[in-house]
Amino acid sequence: MKDTLDIKSVSQRNHESLVHVENSDLLPLPPPLDDPSREREWATLTAQATQKYECGLDDTCAVSVPRPANEIEEQRLVAQFLSGLEKLFSAENNWTFLQPLLLTMEHCTHCQTCAEACHIFEASGGNELYRPIFRSEILRRLYFKYVKHGGLLSAWQHGDIELNWPMVARLIELSYRCNLCRRCAQTCPIGLDNGLVAHELRKLFSQEMGIAAKELHQQGSMLQLKVGSSTGMSPEVVKDNIAFIDEDISERTGIEVHTPWDVDSADVLLIHNAGEIMAWPENPGAFALILTMAGVKWTMSSELVGYDSINYGLWYDDFQFARVALKHAEIARKLKVKKIVVGECGHAHKALCVVADRLLCGDLNIPRESSLTLLRDIVMSGQIRFDPTRNDFPVTLHDPCNLVRLMGVVEPQREIVQLLCPRFREMEPHGVNNYCCGGGSGFAIMSGHNFPDWRFHVAGRKKLQQVLTAFSDCIGPETPKYLCAPCSNCKGQFRDMLAYYDLWEQNRILYGGLVELIVNAMADAKPGFIEWEWR
Amino acid sequence: MTIAVYLCVYACLAVFVIGVVVRTIRYARTPIHLRWELYPVPHEQSDRAGHGGSYFETTDWWTKPQHFSRVGEVRAMVPEIAWLQALRESNRPLWYSSVLFHLGLYLSTGTAVLILLATMMPSASSRLHIVYSISGYAAMTCTLFGAVGLTFRRWTDPGSRNYTSPADIFNLQFFVVACAVLVAGYLVRPPISATVVQFTRGLITFDTSLQVGRGFGAGIVLSAVLIAYIPFTHMSHFIAKYFSYHRVRWDDHVNARGGTIERQVAEYLQYRPSWSAPHVGADGHKTWAELATTNPSLEVKK
Repeated sequence: MKDTLDIKSVSQRNHESLVHVENSDLLPLPPPLDDPSREREWATLTAQATQKYECGLDDTCAVSVPRPANEIEEQRLVAQFLSGLEKLFSAENNWTFLQPLLLTMEHCTHCQTCAEACHIFEASGGNELYRPIFRSEILRRLYFKYVKHGGLLSAWQHGDIELNWPMVARLIELSYRCNLCRRCAQTCPIGLDNGLVAHELRKLFSQEMGIAAKELHQQGSMLQLKVGSSTGMSPEVVKDNIAFIDEDISERTGIEVHTPWDVDSADVLLIHNAGEIMAWPENPGAFALILTMAGVKWTMSSELVGYDSINYGLWYDDFQFARVALKHAEIARKLKVKKIVVGECGHAHKALCVVADRLLCGDLNIPRESSLTLLRDIVMSGQIRFDPTRNDFPVTLHDPCNLVRLMGVVEPQREIVQLLCPRFREMEPHGVNNYCCGGGSGFAIMSGHNFPDWRFHVAGRKKLQQVLTAFSDCIGPETPKYLCAPCSNCKGQFRDMLAYYDLWEQNRILYGGLVELIVNAMADAKPGFIEWEWR
Repeated sequence: MTIAVYLCVYACLAVFVIGVVVRTIRYARTPIHLRWELYPVPHEQSDRAGHGGSYFETTDWWTKPQHFSRVGEVRAMVPEIAWLQALRESNRPLWYSSVLFHLGLYLSTGTAVLILLATMMPSASSRLHIVYSISGYAAMTCTLFGAVGLTFRRWTDPGSRNYTSPADIFNLQFFVVACAVLVAGYLVRPPISATVVQFTRGLITFDTSLQVGRGFGAGIVLSAVLIAYIPFTHMSHFIAKYFSYHRVRWDDHVNARGGTIERQVAEYLQYRPSWSAPHVGADGHKTWAELATTNPSLEVKK
């Protein structure tokens, strides 16, 4: 089936899945997951889910779009889609990405170089549905037919496609089968971008039809704008939590730490992904310790949105993206800080430092930088004494796509681990040629229906192969191993994926951030900051 | 016959130039987009460009001079244009045919320039004759076999076949036929027919006394129509490539306070979008800036 899936089948008028992904089709994994007994079976969608939601793509469901009640409703939705399609190609509505989108629509030669680069396509065993241009080609044909109003000649030139509700419903789901890692764009000889196509489709569905993954929209950007954080933490709760973390870190390291709040004119406004505070409190704790030890004049903000760097709009909605980015900048302006430093969160880096750059004008254009460069400077400065033998265990480094390929922060984190981790080893390939963890573009927080099965079997599989290969010389449970991922979403994906394959219990692969390794190697702190406990 | 060929060539060249200019202007006039670069960016300073690093690797980067290496860009562009480096590294099976095809096109362009030179410098014509003859036949051979190879790839590779439109095959066969007719027509032209240099001179001076062999004329007409057709297809990716590399992939220009980018963005922020989803809040009157500074969560609460 994977080789014969015709692009026109996306319009077939039923609710049947276009493909079925079988374990036997997937990219083989190295030991210990080469043992079939350790492969996981997929949960099937419940009958209730398939009857209630549009699940006609591939046996899983990411967005949970309710099935329309009748044909009139279907027609209304298709008309809405068409209206959004036109807006996607107008400067008034989409000045933000119009140029790269037009280039991608009009110049693809279908050379398939992108397919070779896509971890999802490769991990799926070459399933046609996940070929990067499968999605793009649908949009391309719609563009020439409905936006350029091409007739028969255009259909001959660019191919034809039937627009109906099943097609739109499948396209909604298909826009959430891409991690937006843009590895495909990096290899495109013409410089076109299939990742951008998935991004723009998500925007169309959100901005015109109000359809988005609930984890990104209702429970994500909307909640963040309402209560201050997508975690649901209000300013009071976050301050309480940080106070508890400070206390815990002080006790564990023997060094007194107090996180400063809302300090006027500080040198650094540090913004964490608030998920760290909830799920991995040792990370913000380690940051506080390092900055305190280094004598940095820093602060956190307790203002709404100011204590959560996440910006899920980056993945699906320009307006939500702009709203959160502007909030971050406004808070920094009010505090009169010299710069914003983004904690260990890849997409927050990309959002605030890079993509928002052209939205932050005038006095909102506050300097913004990565915490990794600041950490590198601190570690290399000699202000803090380190004992690398405390990190004498195998360490490998994951490159978050948003930080590395999409922002060019490659070496600072390497300089740190090379100095502090004597048994550091690279994954191959790494740096700007890395592979996505499989949780990119919001997947790490999307767990509806059986979507996690797809996320671990397909989206994360290539990265899993890389991790296991990097630790192949010490894969047994007798050696604890550390997978360093300086990104909150990546850590979420690793937490879930390592647990799914039982790789902590059976092989002692732990994941964590970069600052934990730094604090673990601090000579003046009590030893054993990394506790080798699953969380 | 000769006049018809001349008119056809004039018209086709005009269509080609207009098509390329219009398409270029269209892309150039699209608004500056939000930053969407991909690393490596080759104009970065050499110690960073090697590993794909950016100025974000430096603390307080905004206090330091921005580096822009034109040499770095050229060093990335030359192998990409001449040798199709990205395709070579990432898709070797296709590269063999594609590089042959593109080499044919480059040689064709070079040959055209040499023929023009020979037309303008009669004294050097005999010396140039050998060069443009070799390059011309090599160009036609490379283009023809490249196009055949690309067609074969589209037919035999399942990944390509699924996305190949009838026009894709037509386009490649157009090259095959144009090259074949041009070469064959030229080789079997009757003694009274003009040579390629004589034809070019005649084209420039509109010398209607010139005789052009039927086969040669047909080859010229087909080639001219093919050239005119290119800007209206995805084969005009030589235009796209400039924008997709220099204006998207490598565009890491900082939005400086009071700078050009800020001025342009200020204009876009006055656009009035019409997206329909309630959380966007667009009503056709509110500007982009107004929408970006509203909070839909609080709006809903009211």
